[in-house]
Amino acid sequence: MAQWLLEMRDEFIKCFITKDRWKYIVGGLGNTLKIALVAVLMGIVIGSVVAVIRATHDKTIERMRPGLGKVLLQIGDFICRVYLTVIRGTPVMIQIMIMFFVIFSNARDGVPVAMLTFGINSGAYVAEIIRGGIMSVDPGQTEAGRSLGFGYVATMFYIVIPQALKSVLPALANEFIVLIKETAVACYVAVNDLTKGGEIIRSQTYSQAMPLFIVAAIYLLLVVFFSWLVGKLERRLRSSDH
Amino acid sequence: MTTDVLIRVHDLQKHYTGKDEIRALDGMSAEIHRGEVVVVIGPSGSGKSTFLRCLNLLELPTGGSIFFDGVDITDKNCNINLHRQKMGMVFQHFNLFPHMTLLKNMTLAPVKLLKQPKEEAVQHAMELLSRVGLADRADAYPNQLSGGQKQRVAIVRALAMQPEVMLFDEPTSALDPEMVGEVLEVMKELAASGMTMVVVTHEMGFAREVADRVLFMDGGKLIEEGTPEEIFEHPKSPRLQDFLAKVL
Repeated sequence: MAQWLLEMRDEFIKCFITKDRWKYIVGGLGNTLKIALVAVLMGIVIGSVVAVIRATHDKTIERMRPGLGKVLLQIGDFICRVYLTVIRGTPVMIQIMIMFFVIFSNARDGVPVAMLTFGINSGAYVAEIIRGGIMSVDPGQTEAGRSLGFGYVATMFYIVIPQALKSVLPALANEFIVLIKETAVACYVAVNDLTKGGEIIRSQTYSQAMPLFIVAAIYLLLVVFFSWLVGKLERRLRSSDH
Repeated sequence: MTTDVLIRVHDLQKHYTGKDEIRALDGMSAEIHRGEVVVVIGPSGSGKSTFLRCLNLLELPTGGSIFFDGVDITDKNCNINLHRQKMGMVFQHFNLFPHMTLLKNMTLAPVKLLKQPKEEAVQHAMELLSRVGLADRADAYPNQLSGGQKQRVAIVRALAMQPEVMLFDEPTSALDPEMVGEVLEVMKELAASGMTMVVVTHEMGFAREVADRVLFMDGGKLIEEGTPEEIFEHPKSPRLQDFLAKVL
């Protein structure tokens, strides 16, 4: 037992202390967090817009008067549906390779490309989550907003979307957690994320278990931490539900 | 009471096309005068709620016209949002915003739409809340209130926009019986203050006591109108007589 512990200690020193290799892990972790955070924010913005267009289309198209607004809404809805189908119908691995090797083949830094890719990808999943939330808000809320004189967009913004977001918060948090893990794919296009940090150490030291387990443990800690944070947030939001 | 016409409804139609066509409104005409309390009664499915909801275009009529303050609001080029600011509405299910405190519920529209300074809107909201005895609950959330309290807040939320007319869509139908009184009391005070009101209700006692004029609707049309006395004591049409026999 003591022997094994000593071996583990040496292994740890070789992988992380020697030549300051821990910097690969910390730098990678920073990039992973940056990518996931920017991507989830981008996803919520894209997702909200797509969700509002889709929900508005589904709820009101039959009652709309013919005119420019109706045509624009139908075109918007069609574009959104194509977006959802393509993004949800192809692997994120392929999407990031297309982005990195085709669309942004001149990019020197992979991090912004990864942010954009995961943002666009996440937007498609978030859109369907938020759309579900919007559809579940009592139509009376919209009527109350409109009867006070708010326009459709303002009613959505002040009244419907906050309630929709609140009811889908657990699902959105789950999406963020999935996203943290999904960004590991970025290491295949030479983005220095957490996974890549572990890969570099593996290739330099020929140690397998130690870097992989440490990287896994860090992902796990991140997920546990953010789950806890979201739980706290949910409890605070629930204060209006007594 | 003045004879100044605030809302004129002419030959209003609302047809739902579908498997079988439903004529929710079938040639409804009416006038609402400034300062008047008009109560709309009728059997369920008579179109009275649809009529009320057409007045601020929550339902789009399929024909006819509605003049509010002399403007045809059914005209496509009319900005309905501006007119809705002058028409307060109270719903059967209150429709308070559950994610905001009562104070926020009441100040949101005045601040965002009327561009009132925040302090002024808050002060006005607090005055209105104390009028309905709920000033001490200003920081509570709607779900912490009883049904009657919610409806009282819903009424003053609409009043915070300083509307020219208040529309009530069965305001007491979703309440427990012991809470109906407190809401009707607020509405009576409002009527006494000279507010123009259009009320769809099943509360015949309220209609009798508060209404200046009662409209009886059936089949999407106006069947009979008159003072409460004319309607309740001397109904002319057989359908109204039949209806009153059932509800009184």
